[in-house]
Amino acid sequence: MITKRIIPCLDVRNGRVVKGTNFQGLRDVSSPVELGKYYSDNGADELVFYDITASAEGRRLFTDILTEVARTIFIPLTVGGGINTLEDFDRVLKCGADKVSVNSGAIRNPSLIPAAAKRYGDQCVVLSADVKRVDGQFRVFAKGGREDTGMEAIGWIKRCVANGAGEVVLNSIDTDGVKGGFDLPMLDAVSSAVDVPVIASGGAGCEADFVTLFQTLPKVDAGLAASIFHFGQVRIPELKRTLRENNILVRL
Amino acid sequence: MTGIIDYGVGNLFSLKSSFEAIGAETFVSGDPAALTQADRLVLPGVGAFGDAADKLRATGLDHFVRDRAAKGVPLLGICLGMQLLFEKGYEYGEHEGLGLLRGRVVPMADYLPRGLKIPHMGWNGLHRCRPDSRLLADTAEGDFVYFVHSYFAADCGESLAATAEYGIPITAAVEQGNIFGCQFHPEKSGPVGLAILRAFAEWKGV
Repeated sequence: MITKRIIPCLDVRNGRVVKGTNFQGLRDVSSPVELGKYYSDNGADELVFYDITASAEGRRLFTDILTEVARTIFIPLTVGGGINTLEDFDRVLKCGADKVSVNSGAIRNPSLIPAAAKRYGDQCVVLSADVKRVDGQFRVFAKGGREDTGMEAIGWIKRCVANGAGEVVLNSIDTDGVKGGFDLPMLDAVSSAVDVPVIASGGAGCEADFVTLFQTLPKVDAGLAASIFHFGQVRIPELKRTLRENNILVRL
Repeated sequence: MTGIIDYGVGNLFSLKSSFEAIGAETFVSGDPAALTQADRLVLPGVGAFGDAADKLRATGLDHFVRDRAAKGVPLLGICLGMQLLFEKGYEYGEHEGLGLLRGRVVPMADYLPRGLKIPHMGWNGLHRCRPDSRLLADTAEGDFVYFVHSYFAADCGESLAATAEYGIPITAAVEQGNIFGCQFHPEKSGPVGLAILRAFAEWKGV
């Protein structure tokens, strides 16, 4: 059967991974290529590269780096950040990305997901949704979680999946950065509403949080995190051994 | 020199890079004259069976591939490229494949038990059906490889080399004479995938 996936997320700005790391043996801890290779060699099932550059120059640099990453790493790569048009899909897919993640771009332009799914296939289109509780309702936020769109999240995610999003990354703004565990109620609501893979993001602080996630919500397919991996608080090979000891199928 | 057949479906960057990573020389071309220089061929592919089969026919590459395969040139089909090796595909209608292997490509939705997500996407373990597989010679039972597909090859008969368990056994790898195929993406399957590509690149022939 398909394994649960563990996915480190690398935020890249001006060609460098944001948030330092403290891995021994890495010459350059902020090099996306070196860090990506480190994760790939150490049990990551997939990598997400997120471009948080604002300038056109930074975007070109990101594209060059992505090409270099894809030349050296042979596991699936998902790329997000600044994806607003089909040309953006084309730009990152040509560099070797396998999946493209859309967030604000899909909110601004509702035809982006269906157009991309038609051209590249559903499996290529990932909806990344930033969701937060407002007045007892799950709400979609835009612009990196800064702007309340007023849209109810479950309905929005279902529409995106019906339009061709082949996977959903659910980032809970409520649990993000808290390191108290994934947002299980929010993930339960989303994974019950759609039949495409759901990737949990936001809130993981330790190995046990991943065990709890997959044991409580068997419909969730993957766990994504950034700083706990970058800072070595959770090491993926050990995390995977722990998951396997808890009878959760992972790739070792 | 390995020729990667470019017939306008999918991105060949990772595939070419993965052959480079194992030190195998490759080139990408859609021109039969250039591809004739290759001592082995890779048929990649993503998308829908019918579209891809039409594109192969429109460029005459279908005849070229059959001809080279008949002359004993090692051929590796990957993902949709593997599916095209079979006689027929049933994705949005009925379509002719290359007919190099016996079998047909059918929708998973008609065969899987309820509750399993389609596409079959992610890392799944290889169950080897043949101890003498040359393609999988450097892999171990249960090694994980990366799949993304919604259709699968059924009734493959003796070409079946490995399956993956997804509610039912799904055809994962096939081989018969000089014809090889992987439903999964070796270029996205880490060291296991590279070992499979190396086995193909270094295979000396029948």
